Amino acid sequence: MSFLDKLFGRKNSADSAKERLQLVLIHDRTDLTPAELESLRDDLIATVSRHVEIDVTAMQFGMEHDGRSQRLVADIPIKSASHRRRASSSRKPKAR
Amino acid sequence: MTAQVITVTSGKGGVGKTTAVANLAVALAANGSRVVCIDGDIGLRNLDVILGLENRIVYDIVDVIEGRCRLKQAMIKDKRLPNLHLIPAAQTRDKNAVSASDMTRLTKDLRSECDFILIDSPAGIERGFKNAIAPADRVLVVTNPEVSAVRDADRVIGILEAEDKGPGSLIINRLNPSLVRRQEMLSADDVLDLLAIELIGIVPEDEGVLIGSNRGAPVALDLKSKAGEAFRNIARRLKGEEVPFLDLESGSSLWERIQKLAGRR
Ligand SMILES: Nc1ncnc2c1ncn2[C@@H]1O[C@H](COP(=O)(O)OP(=O)(O)OP(=O)(O)O)[C@@H](O)[C@H]1O
Ligand SMILES: [Mg+2]
Repeated sequence: MSFLDKLFGRKNSADSAKERLQLVLIHDRTDLTPAELESLRDDLIATVSRHVEIDVTAMQFGMEHDGRSQRLVADIPIKSASHRRRASSSRKPKAR
Repeated sequence: MTAQVITVTSGKGGVGKTTAVANLAVALAANGSRVVCIDGDIGLRNLDVILGLENRIVYDIVDVIEGRCRLKQAMIKDKRLPNLHLIPAAQTRDKNAVSASDMTRLTKDLRSECDFILIDSPAGIERGFKNAIAPADRVLVVTNPEVSAVRDADRVIGILEAEDKGPGSLIINRLNPSLVRRQEMLSADDVLDLLAIELIGIVPEDEGVLIGSNRGAPVALDLKSKAGEAFRNIARRLKGEEVPFLDLESGSSLWERIQKLAGRR
């Protein structure tokens, strides 16, 4: 890695190779393209949102590997019940 | 005693399968094991020249399978190592001349005659590869520390698992220690991290491999070569010995030590 690369904070090529391979191998092993993974994420959001209100901006979603097996990891923060009640009551007030 | 069948494969071409088979064969035979190698690369025969046995071929594997000769007649004995034999590939036929059950039958007949049967697989994941792994008790996957070779190795490992051949053991070939130290080549640890299978050897890039193939004398016969030592160590591991891995990555050249002193690295 050259002095200039370091000066400009450019990553060395071995690290790039490893990072790129990590992603490629996940897609190869699961037979999921990045676009399919994206649509899986959207479906997941839609399904969970039908039951609880979630904070999509703080959600984490991705593939992790443990040895040779892949694991889909989603960490979905749920908005608090009080917040939800207020939000829903303002949306559609129930007729009693 | 019955032989262990070991297939060497890789997915990607040109990563060092034939080199590995030739070197493991001579190293095992030099250690007293009875070894038969089979060139499974039908139509692209190479193991014969790498072993220096090309002038002695009369019959090949397809002659055996199609009954034109007996198994013994197609086994070429190495004059340097009398307990090493080669069954050459057919050069003028293609992979369809051989089936997986042909390979299984052939190795079954050989098993009582030797200790190790080494099969050199063709590149790819098609018929020739399937034939080569069909009779395997153990599979060695060869890769280079390079993106396409690692990716293809991962595909092959996935297929091996799906076919119940276990994940295989990994040979990382052509590692260039100085490139790794400069972080311009994946290290052995990086490759292992990505592929997550058992490591059986790391072989450095070594001009001795080319010189050996020019002469038809695999580098494992050269006691001074680092690559030769790496292959001899893999052979010992195949026999169940515990052999520490060569430390290829930490040693540094004079120039690198000077750079380090100068605070450049
Ligand atoms: N450790 C090494 N150091 C230097 N050169 C090497 C090393 N290993 C292999 N080579 C060279 O790489 C080339 C390809 O090797 P080899 O023929 O063994 O690969 P292969 O996987 O059998 O190829 P194919 O897929 O075509 O059958 C050869 O020229 C060989 O000399
Ligand atoms: Mg070859």
